[in-house]
Amino acid sequence: MTDIDTSTSKITRREFVAGTARLTFAVAFAPSGMLLMSAVQAKAAGYEIGAWVRIAADNTITILTPGAEMGQGSMTGVPVVLAEELDADWNQVVLEWAPANPKIYGYARRRGESLSHSMAIVGSRAVMMYYDGMRRAGAQVRKVLLAAAAKKWRVDPAELTTEPSVVVHRASGRRMSYGEVAMFAEPPATMPEVPAADFKDPSKFRLIGKPVPRRDIPDKVNGAAKFAIDVRLPGMVYATTVHSPVQLAAPVRWNEDAVRKMRGVINIVKLERGVAVVADTFEHALKARNALTVTWAKGVLAEGFDSPPELDANYPRIAADEVAHNTTVGETGDIDTAFANAAKIYQASFKSDFGYHAQMEPLNAVARFNAAGNQVEIWEGTQAPGRSRQLIARALGFEPSQVIHHQHYMGGGFGRRSINDYTVEAALIARAVKRPVKMIWTREEDLAYGMFRPQCFQRVEAALDQRGKIAGWRHCVVGDGGRLLYSGINLDKYYRVPNQRIELRGTAHGIRLKHWRAVAHPFNLFAIEGMVDEMAAAEGMDPFTFRHQRMALTPKAQDVFAAVETLCDWRARRLPDRALGLSVSERSGSLGAGVVEISLDRQTGKLRVHKVWAVIDGGTIVQPDMARRNVESGIVYGLSSVLKERVTIKDGKVEQSNFHDYPLLRMSEAPEEIHVEFLERDTHPTGIGEIGNPFISAAVANAFHALTGKRLYHMPFTPERVLAVLNA
Amino acid sequence: MVAFKINGKPVSVSAEPDTPLLWAIRDHLKLTGTKFGCGAGHCGACTVHVNGKAIKSCMTRLTNVEGTSVTTIEGLSPDSNHRLQKAWVAEQVAQCGYCQSGQIMQAAELLEQNPNPSRDEIVAHMDAVLCRCGTYTRIIAAIQRAASEQSS
Repeated sequence: MTDIDTSTSKITRREFVAGTARLTFAVAFAPSGMLLMSAVQAKAAGYEIGAWVRIAADNTITILTPGAEMGQGSMTGVPVVLAEELDADWNQVVLEWAPANPKIYGYARRRGESLSHSMAIVGSRAVMMYYDGMRRAGAQVRKVLLAAAAKKWRVDPAELTTEPSVVVHRASGRRMSYGEVAMFAEPPATMPEVPAADFKDPSKFRLIGKPVPRRDIPDKVNGAAKFAIDVRLPGMVYATTVHSPVQLAAPVRWNEDAVRKMRGVINIVKLERGVAVVADTFEHALKARNALTVTWAKGVLAEGFDSPPELDANYPRIAADEVAHNTTVGETGDIDTAFANAAKIYQASFKSDFGYHAQMEPLNAVARFNAAGNQVEIWEGTQAPGRSRQLIARALGFEPSQVIHHQHYMGGGFGRRSINDYTVEAALIARAVKRPVKMIWTREEDLAYGMFRPQCFQRVEAALDQRGKIAGWRHCVVGDGGRLLYSGINLDKYYRVPNQRIELRGTAHGIRLKHWRAVAHPFNLFAIEGMVDEMAAAEGMDPFTFRHQRMALTPKAQDVFAAVETLCDWRARRLPDRALGLSVSERSGSLGAGVVEISLDRQTGKLRVHKVWAVIDGGTIVQPDMARRNVESGIVYGLSSVLKERVTIKDGKVEQSNFHDYPLLRMSEAPEEIHVEFLERDTHPTGIGEIGNPFISAAVANAFHALTGKRLYHMPFTPERVLAVLNA
Repeated sequence: MVAFKINGKPVSVSAEPDTPLLWAIRDHLKLTGTKFGCGAGHCGACTVHVNGKAIKSCMTRLTNVEGTSVTTIEGLSPDSNHRLQKAWVAEQVAQCGYCQSGQIMQAAELLEQNPNPSRDEIVAHMDAVLCRCGTYTRIIAAIQRAASEQSS
């Protein structure tokens, strides 16, 4: 057989393929999704193929991992699933990054008639989307090994079983390691089918649901883990950029002569929306950047945009104007009749500011062209390697095959690293200077030229029928950003409200916008669960009781609410200056409920969240410890944004520049206790990376009401806003 | 030329005296475990020790470390076996990992000064280093674990 080995970057310096892979399995995609094939089979079918699993004589099993790693653990969590079905000895499994080729290494997504492949690790998808394909692939490889061993021993394959990386014939007591089998096994012309019914019984799992240490952690405690910012190439030079303070304006002219004379400066490169300085060292590039004075083109949309008055005054006007910009994005039942027949109507409005991803590693990439200038190599950490190749190719006038991509760890992603605008810039700069370039955006650039979670105004109206049940729900969303503004209005996943209308009233500001951890869910749930809490209070009911009796909970919602009520001991006495708040959480197929315990400094307006309890239904939890940490991470991320984070724009310019004026939650402000539990489920895994985040906003606001009798309608709940509400 | 020791080894770096120590460490000395996060002393991802004291290397001029002894994450222990590094693995602290070198260096200073810190003392000391993944509770647990191993 031909040994197929694709060029992949090794994940760590210590992990290497020991020995030559003897048995190699390709992967390819059929319309049904991911499918393991033998090399011969794939060639015959005309598929592009790549090695997915390699078994070497020394028992090393190399698995390519497509789980881009930004902290959430997917790099370990995805291949664990394959190793489980293969019954591999995890200690002998070596991981390599899967190459940036979605047709081979992506998961399949069906949209209507069309099937697309993607490696984008976004929307909490990694384990959820790869789960079935990984199980099938692992089971197929195991079946091939069993068949080869059976032939060798002249026994029926049905008499064979496996222990981790060992084929066992119990009747005769014979054993052979997977590596030994690989020495003589030939991949079959056709890979065996393994129906899902033949997958391992979950009760036999050795890895799924058990604590498996993350593969990336040892190198993250000694500085060895390689992020793109750590890449160094021979002859490499350094670049940094200035983008227009008014987003998206093009550079017209700059003090080229003065900056060119500065020490170490090699070149100044004009970009579509910015100017890059290239120098021999980063500190020289930085000094030159700070000396650059650029005149920017006039006439971009963001000019003159002031975000606070727009949100405070104009958005409510748009919401009230029944004929303005109105698009219905969701409708069920007969909303007008529900409101016409309502016994009581509640209404409230909620505001939320622009938010910044603030991933700790500033955006950066390394690019190098070959001598002929017809091929570029890219080193970056990205949530979307396939899209990155496409975007780079498009910008250069290349085919994606002319872009060689090396994946790295990401110092945070949170949605920002699924679009590769910065990598494209690195490639353009490298082409202009004809040298390998490491481009790093400063924190100030990363923030000012950010792609933000949009600011949003929401008006919610709820109609109660004669029995006090919620019969109608009108949710009007105003802002710039389309689906980024309403992705989290999914009442059907937890409350059965028979008549609903969701309206989007769009506007446009010329500010770059992007998916942010859990997208619109955090501020949508602020409105939904804030409204529900307000109704419960007005009806004189306990928040749990109100939901159970008036909101017609789905079975999943009943379970998570009941479990969190027990977990936090809702009815227990608290310290006198403390109060609890409740909210549902929903994202990427998972459902949760969370409770926070807060206190308030009434002099300063500073809110403190002391304890958090969350119960999640995430289906089968592949890695419970990792999943728990992921939810804790979402909780802290959510709390940071809810208490502190705020991007404001004045005259088209972002007003914040670094962590002194865009502060993140520090250890002293983090909850003292976080309790996360998962409901025991054997259903398909659902998203975990973002389920911790969405409930925090409403839970804190509802706790504030429990504590003070007043309501917070504008997040973040900064001390100034809290004081204003307290003193109103 | 600025001469000092890094991780016990004498070095001299040829760069302007006002070069931030961070870039001398990362680019001139090729020790990339120390990270650039904000360049303004807010986040602590660039924390290293100068004569045993935790400092933010992005705010420290190269000239100020002349004759000193600088320790980076790579020099904290010979085989990643510092009690904090072991505790960090045992508690599975790191997520994206980008701030973790700074966290560990900041924590190492604390345990040198105070072998048995209380929770409040840990929090007060570690407040200097941001973690966007929110690993704070795990960091506290790891420091407590390392401290208990030290005293036992």
